[in-house]
Amino acid sequence: MEIKNAVAGTLESGDIMVQIAPGDGLQVELQSSVAAQFGRQIKALITETLTGLGIDNAYVKATDKGALDCTIRARVTAAAVRATGKDVWKD
Amino acid sequence: MMFVPGNNPGMMADAHIYGPDSIMLDLEDSVTMAEKDAARLLVHNALKSIDFGGTEMVVRINPLSTPYGRKDVEAVVKAGVDVIRMPKTETADEVRELEAEIIKVETELGCVGRTLIMAAIESALGVVNAYEIATASKRMMGIALGAEDYSANLKTQRTPEGSELLLARETIVVAARAAGISCFDTVYSNLDDMETFRKEVELIKNLGFDGKSIINPRQIEVVNSVFAPTQKAIDKALRIIAAIKEAQAKGSGVIAVNGKMVDRPVVIRAERTIALAIASGILSKEEAL
Repeated sequence: MEIKNAVAGTLESGDIMVQIAPGDGLQVELQSSVAAQFGRQIKALITETLTGLGIDNAYVKATDKGALDCTIRARVTAAAVRATGKDVWKD
Repeated sequence: MMFVPGNNPGMMADAHIYGPDSIMLDLEDSVTMAEKDAARLLVHNALKSIDFGGTEMVVRINPLSTPYGRKDVEAVVKAGVDVIRMPKTETADEVRELEAEIIKVETELGCVGRTLIMAAIESALGVVNAYEIATASKRMMGIALGAEDYSANLKTQRTPEGSELLLARETIVVAARAAGISCFDTVYSNLDDMETFRKEVELIKNLGFDGKSIINPRQIEVVNSVFAPTQKAIDKALRIIAAIKEAQAKGSGVIAVNGKMVDRPVVIRAERTIALAIASGILSKEEAL
């Protein structure tokens, strides 16, 4: 799936900013104050969400500000939709 | 009913902690056009995942006449929202159009009839059509006043005493009562003036509204304290209900409590007092039995 550079989310508390760019395979770079405890889990959730949307090649930079799993899923999906132009809702 | 911006995950996650009766996640005016897609996804995922502790969940969608409205309906119905708040409602046909959209999604999910509708009335035409709007669908659970747009439409501005809103408020209460649904007053946005806010809540309670829309947790306590019945009123209501039950058990008709005749309107008011006492946490359901 062809993707272009896109971003979703904010740097406010409880949110996560997700930047997506073209890449080879799925590469996730994470910055988070809770990386030591939850870093692996957050990266797995980002990867799982992208794979579920059919994205297997992308470079992702995520800056986490203590986001819940549902927020991470929503922001990754929003960035992916913007990157691919393919919405998850019907028109 | 506490308004929470639909693109702010931190506020969304914490909103229920303050104990509002319902939370309205907003996809409309508080979300910029550039963020409509992201807010929709955020609200969808939040509704599916966050435990809001049984709080009634409402989502204000964008009008169906915009490119966002239909996607909003799909996203929130799929997430199991309790109530969709329709903004700027002017006619009964608009409610029926929303209902058709909801049915489309519910049919796909196999849960037809699950989602309720609240219509926000925010224009002169909406006020004129209030009863038709209130009775446009069996899904209608309430109508609400949106005062900022309404004042602009009237070519006036909001005042502390709210004289410009009086006809709209009274019309909305009467329409809701005639239709047998709930009615909710508009927001008061000056958080630094809690005294005027309290006066406004007292006014709308006396007009007959079921509740007030709020924009900050600090306003919850004021609304609850105004709407909560006094202990004296609760005791009287409990005596009336007890007397009615006793009379029904004996098969007698008219009864008196403290020397005053108790007829149907008195019983209805007593039942409402007890319902409010339970909703305010003053009385438990067991105590009310």
